[in-house]
Amino acid sequence: MAKILLHGTEAICEGAIRNGCRAFFGYPITPQNEVPEYMSVKMPQVGGVFVQAESEVAAINMVYGAAGAGIRAMTSSSSPGVSLKQEGISYIACARIPCVIVNIMRAGPGLGGILPAQGDYFQATKGGGHGDYRLIVLSPSSAQEACDFTYRAFDLADRYRVPVMLLADGMIGQLMEPVELPPMRDLRDIPEKDWATSGHYGKDRRVLNSLLIDPEVLEPHVNALKRTYDEIAANECVAESMLTEDAEIVLTAYGTVARICKSAVQALRKQGVKAGWVRPVTLFPFPAETYAKVAAQKSVKVFLDVELSLGQMVEDVRLSVNGRKPVRFYGRTGGNITDEREIVQEALQALASVKEEQ
Amino acid sequence: MTSVKINEALCKGCGLCANACPKNVLSLSKHNMNAKGYFVAEVVNPQHCIGCTFCAIMCPDCAITVSE
Amino acid sequence: MKTFTKTKMLTDAPMHYCPGCTHGIVHRLVAESIEELGLQEKCIGIAPVGCAVFAYDYFNCDMQEAAHGRAPAVATGIKRCLPDRLVFVYQGDGDLASIGMAETVHAAARGENITIIFINNSIYGMTGGQMAPTTLIGQKATTCQKGRDPSVNGYPIRVCELLATLDAPYYIERVATHDVKHVLAAKRAIKKALQFQAEGRGYSFVEVLVSCPTNWHMAPVDALRFMGEECTKTFPLGVYRDKSEGKI
Repeated sequence: MAKILLHGTEAICEGAIRNGCRAFFGYPITPQNEVPEYMSVKMPQVGGVFVQAESEVAAINMVYGAAGAGIRAMTSSSSPGVSLKQEGISYIACARIPCVIVNIMRAGPGLGGILPAQGDYFQATKGGGHGDYRLIVLSPSSAQEACDFTYRAFDLADRYRVPVMLLADGMIGQLMEPVELPPMRDLRDIPEKDWATSGHYGKDRRVLNSLLIDPEVLEPHVNALKRTYDEIAANECVAESMLTEDAEIVLTAYGTVARICKSAVQALRKQGVKAGWVRPVTLFPFPAETYAKVAAQKSVKVFLDVELSLGQMVEDVRLSVNGRKPVRFYGRTGGNITDEREIVQEALQALASVKEEQ
Repeated sequence: MTSVKINEALCKGCGLCANACPKNVLSLSKHNMNAKGYFVAEVVNPQHCIGCTFCAIMCPDCAITVSE
Repeated sequence: MKTFTKTKMLTDAPMHYCPGCTHGIVHRLVAESIEELGLQEKCIGIAPVGCAVFAYDYFNCDMQEAAHGRAPAVATGIKRCLPDRLVFVYQGDGDLASIGMAETVHAAARGENITIIFINNSIYGMTGGQMAPTTLIGQKATTCQKGRDPSVNGYPIRVCELLATLDAPYYIERVATHDVKHVLAAKRAIKKALQFQAEGRGYSFVEVLVSCPTNWHMAPVDALRFMGEECTKTFPLGVYRDKSEGKI
């Protein structure tokens, strides 16, 4: 199929629609307004539902209702709005309702700014709302991945009965790139949901609930959630790596920052510096083994983690590297984006610092 | 002849049934306590029942059945 | 002579409500109405947070338990996707008129084709008797122990009157449960509201005054008297909107 030029947000919408998303609930916030705008046009065309909710809080609860009734449903927002959704996401996780949440991150904290950032990593990967739960978190770095990962998010959500978050930085919400669209999924191919509250009576009736007031009931329930998260970790970790075989320094980043790092690695190689690159695609589950393997290589002297934050994913990188090698950090915030030149400089410094230590 | 039956296990002894009965068919027991510790409603004057079902209409716990 | 047996739209689970609380009556009225309309096979209910939080154990149909105040949004999600189902929402005053006021007003303003059963007992029951958005002036609560003082606590919110300023709602009525006559009227209103939804007429809302003997610190029969004599002064009973009879 030929590629077409798409905005990152449109790619997200097409990925959703083409994998059976038939309900979208959203609320305006920059920089993701193109998602609800696109969905307001497209949803009715495919027989789906679009509602502009009164708030992000209402939007995520509309997702709760629709997805609970068995429909593939999605909401989208940006950082401050995703904070508002956390209550609903926690209830959805406990009630085991599959759905997809898009966060096109902007700079925070607070109202922050509207430019790209990656400051919501902790919120996305460690739960975000109250209680013990996780989301599957997918991190696209291009419009093509924005489409493909959103498509995949619906299958993962249904398979494990968990909410899935597409965690995209603001650049995904701004760029336009060629995208090859997947074919439209036949809705009849989507497995039936034998738990969905779509109208049953008497002994067949179904309940979706997150109140388990008896500790003898709640503990087994959260333990079952944990088993699901462990299963997800075993099956669904995805990472990419490049030029790590002989690398002395390994650059690591997620989202669009990973692309900038990739260019930096090539620039470093041109200078004769043995640089490699690791990029987590799933942020939860975090591909710890990929890091552990690379860290165990003799050639590797240091990791450099680059983020548009004060250092969030770096904690998971350090846990995965587990003290085998030093992990340095470079971050920009406030909506500023790093570039190849800055990263090359940081990499050279990181390498020099560990050589001094030796 | 109408018969009023009280499911004593469900009764919480609130007395809304006796209060609603126009013929004083029902009364709260002073001795009969159920497993939850409530003194339950009792049918004391069954012969006066006119089958109005007011007791059942006011019972918050669906503890009353009225049959012919 | 009449007979009375419990509707099959209620499960056999014993209700957890305090003695004399008329929540149970309203559960029965909703359940009976659904059964009489023959809609039990198509029904999805939304339970609130508050005293009725366990409503999912009592209604014998599919149920979703919503977060505090969010039930109208949850119902919107279901009903928009499954328009041929009967979707009812059961909420108390703290849930509907305080934390969930935005969801309440906007579901009404959109004219969602859902039915809201609003339980007004003018107090937070489940949490132990705190002041509600509907607590009467002078009424005591654990967070206004000398009685609600408008200069400090503001005034009670009349939700039917507020929603009746919107264009979309099809049917809005306030009923009470303090005696047989009013319970029968409440049943008629609830059944009418559900029927309007089944006919696709749009948003229907029934506010039901309910007693809270425990947190009002009254015997159950006295609480009914208080409802009839005092609550109805602040919350006048009646039809606030009925487009089927041209009342706008």
